[in-house]
Amino acid sequence: MYGVNLMASPGAGKTSVILETIKRLPAEIKLGVIEGDTAPVTIDSDKITAAGIPAVQINTGGECHLDANMIELALAQLPLEELNLIIVENVGNLICPAAFQLGTHANVLIASIPEGDDKPYKYPNIYRGLDVLLINKIDLSPYIDFRMDYFQQGVEMLNPGLKTFALSAKTGEGFDAWIAWLTDKIITK
Amino acid sequence: MHELPVTESILKIVLESAQENKATAVTDITLTIGSLSSIVDDSVQFYWDYVSRGTVCENAKLHFNRVMATLKCLDCDTTYSLIDDLTPCPSCGSINVIILSGEEFQVDHIEIIKEETNQDETTR
Repeated sequence: MYGVNLMASPGAGKTSVILETIKRLPAEIKLGVIEGDTAPVTIDSDKITAAGIPAVQINTGGECHLDANMIELALAQLPLEELNLIIVENVGNLICPAAFQLGTHANVLIASIPEGDDKPYKYPNIYRGLDVLLINKIDLSPYIDFRMDYFQQGVEMLNPGLKTFALSAKTGEGFDAWIAWLTDKIITK
Repeated sequence: MHELPVTESILKIVLESAQENKATAVTDITLTIGSLSSIVDDSVQFYWDYVSRGTVCENAKLHFNRVMATLKCLDCDTTYSLIDDLTPCPSCGSINVIILSGEEFQVDHIEIIKEETNQDETTR
């Protein structure tokens, strides 16, 4: 079993990236998804379930992040013996999730182009503990003033050599490399 | 906003130490907080007043020891502090840097009143 803690700000495309990942993972990868939200909604877990993937929704009741205790309760509701990958979609927030380890194997952050290129400078903490960075919505690059050099300079100072994949959940561009990395991690686990 | 569970953890740590040392009251708690740790003093204080109620920590004073972020350039060995923004090495402009301090978040020490002797003691 391989576990991924997927973090991002609200609207960065966490659920979209998960859905596109589900579509592209090889058949031998069986995943389950844990969805974290502060409000009592099932919007995200419904989308995952509709894709034929087991999903559990955690409603934190206003709490701004997930913690390992919540994950333990959610895991009990998933068919673990049938799975080899769990993706945890954390609450949309760049501050609080950084302070709580969930016990997953990889901490992954999605940074999307429209959020701006200054995020590593404004939220250094979350970049420090990352194993992988996904830069999403690269299809919007022609329309947005996002200085990739400036962004990556901040990332490099906080987390030298961080594994980074630039992709678009809308067009699927860049997904092959991310899927290959993830598949390799699961298989060699 | 994540300061509530964090403050509850501080209480747990202090209560354990207070019990080990047979404290009847905890009077002072010193916390070290790095500027990169995303912990807000005011929030911790706000939650502390609430979570410590009815424990030996009630009325304990929180002291915040703030630590500035310090970086070291691996190319020219310059050590520099971050005033606000994350910046490359001020001497040579390199981004090949390591963070020396600023990520701390710990209970540094507590002061208690003990039951037998009734004297102030410091525990680390």
